[in-house]
Amino acid sequence: MIEAAFVFAYLAIVLYIGIFAFRRGAGTGEDYFLASRSLGTFVFLLSLFGTNMTSVTILGSSGRAFRDGIGVYGLMASSSALVIPLTIFLVGTRIWAVGKRFGHMTPVQIFRDRWEAGHIGTVIFALQAALLVPYIVVGVLGGGTCLHSISGGKVPMWFGGGLVAIVVMSYVFFGGMRGTAWVNAFQTLLFLSFGLVAVLVIGNGIGGFGPAVERMLADVGAPGKPSLAQHLTRERPSMDPWIFFSYTFIPLSAIAFPHICIFCLTARKMESFKRTVVLYPLCIMAIWLPCVFLGTVAAGQPDIAAKVATSGDPDSVMLLLLQAHAPVWLAGILGAGIMAAVMASDSQILALSTMFTADVFAWYGGKRRFGERAQVLTGRVFVIGVTVAAFIIAMRTSEHIFDIAIKYAFTGYAALSPLVVAALFWRRSTKWGALASCVVIAAGLIGVAVLEQIHAAPVPPEKPYAIGPGLVRTPGGVMALGLMPVVPLVGLSALAMIVVSLVTPPPSAATVERYFPRPGEALRPLPGSGRAATAAVRT
Amino acid sequence: MHREGGRIGPFPHLPRTHALRRILLATLVLGLYVLHQDWWNWTAARPLLFGFLPPGLAYHALFSVASSICMALLVRFAWPGHLEALAGEASRSSPAAAGSEEPRG
Repeated sequence: MIEAAFVFAYLAIVLYIGIFAFRRGAGTGEDYFLASRSLGTFVFLLSLFGTNMTSVTILGSSGRAFRDGIGVYGLMASSSALVIPLTIFLVGTRIWAVGKRFGHMTPVQIFRDRWEAGHIGTVIFALQAALLVPYIVVGVLGGGTCLHSISGGKVPMWFGGGLVAIVVMSYVFFGGMRGTAWVNAFQTLLFLSFGLVAVLVIGNGIGGFGPAVERMLADVGAPGKPSLAQHLTRERPSMDPWIFFSYTFIPLSAIAFPHICIFCLTARKMESFKRTVVLYPLCIMAIWLPCVFLGTVAAGQPDIAAKVATSGDPDSVMLLLLQAHAPVWLAGILGAGIMAAVMASDSQILALSTMFTADVFAWYGGKRRFGERAQVLTGRVFVIGVTVAAFIIAMRTSEHIFDIAIKYAFTGYAALSPLVVAALFWRRSTKWGALASCVVIAAGLIGVAVLEQIHAAPVPPEKPYAIGPGLVRTPGGVMALGLMPVVPLVGLSALAMIVVSLVTPPPSAATVERYFPRPGEALRPLPGSGRAATAAVRT
Repeated sequence: MHREGGRIGPFPHLPRTHALRRILLATLVLGLYVLHQDWWNWTAARPLLFGFLPPGLAYHALFSVASSICMALLVRFAWPGHLEALAGEASRSSPAAAGSEEPRG
């Protein structure tokens, strides 16, 4: 229970940060939703990284490494270390620039303005929102599970989930983007600081990593039980080379996630992106490497393996290691660090609220009729509504269902990345191309979900089986031509965007010129327009 | 790739040295992507780096460091400074951002 007390103290601190941020607020929509585009380099890096660091990072990665070994790092972390900063460098900087120039607060505002779209923007909003909700629910569930485990079962799931939901809701409600960014920065610092301590303490507790790894390498296995040495290579069946390749497409989702896109709009200067993209891969290594390594080594610890087998939940392996090897006070602090990662749903809640108020409420006339204060109030009410709904859903539904939904969310957002790239880099792209892309993504995700429902997953030692031309059902899901669905979906989404854009009329030349001023041209406001566009004119 | 008047095919609007630099950087990124698929480490369990890190994990940790270096090179040699000019003259009032136009099709 002492560990839980540290977590409660942590929750009190983040609540205070949110309320402190509230005092710094200016009361405008741009201040509440984007912190007045004023984040400096340090907070921008830590909060952008923190918002991407979820329960999947800490609990999911160590749990999966417990099952599948070291390959999880290459599968999920090192590919992200290359692709995410690269997309932030190429796409994030452009999102920042057009957001700053035209006052956009959400990706849908960019799409609407860039493609002269109205209701098609609403379709994109609906698709993005549908893919974001499972994330928020899992955040609430993760908070409940984490507090339940840390307290040794004394804090019930419903109370833990409810408490986390109330704390997150409060600092997002009061602090908006500024509060969320500060909390995320604090969370990232906390985990970066104590992650190293956890490695040292656990390493000492298990008698040193060297001997632990040597024992795993010496293991010869038994009938029906593969050698533990496989954990130290990529020989596990789930580490197929084509799956390894497919996973490199998943980090494309980062730049299409609304909360990441919106974070790109909060930087005060473009300079902030420089250190962010350089340090991002190192931050990934600092967090993921210990998690994956500890999860792998835990598979060779008989006491931990027995507890995981009893609970049936590999994702609890990190908490079990802490409970077994760290002193109570340190386990409490580290538990708070884990809690920090689990509570990353704050940015998603704020992003959904920003999107609703900007893309639906304001777009359909709410801001014009009721003013900017009503827009901020709507955003705050929406934060409460989303959090309460997420809590109710979380308490009534199996976590497993949302784990699956998140898998689809990553695939869906990765497939949305061609949309973002086309809007910002391809002059000839059109709103109809964007709509076609959305239809392909929605149809593809529903198709995969239906196939996975109809065809039961083979349970090892059963082998994967064919379910159609080029389609195979494996324990992990449906594979198309040996690849995960994310690969063909990204390709088909890009193809739909290209083909349909080429056969439909482009936006007006004035709009295109606003977004793509030619080299050597300067920008100036359009004559005769007090509030609207700017145009590129030759100098 | 063709050369014409000191310009290079894929980047006709850029001076030759800038175009070459971009090609080199793109090759670097693609090369890193290929290096991520380290099939040669698939079954390697030894040698252990520092006595405990398996080669498959040590390789990808170094890959993360290489990604950071790659990003530093991109920032140094391909920084999109023109975007700062695009953002600089903020008119802050596109129809979508203002949220006050009637919905269109």
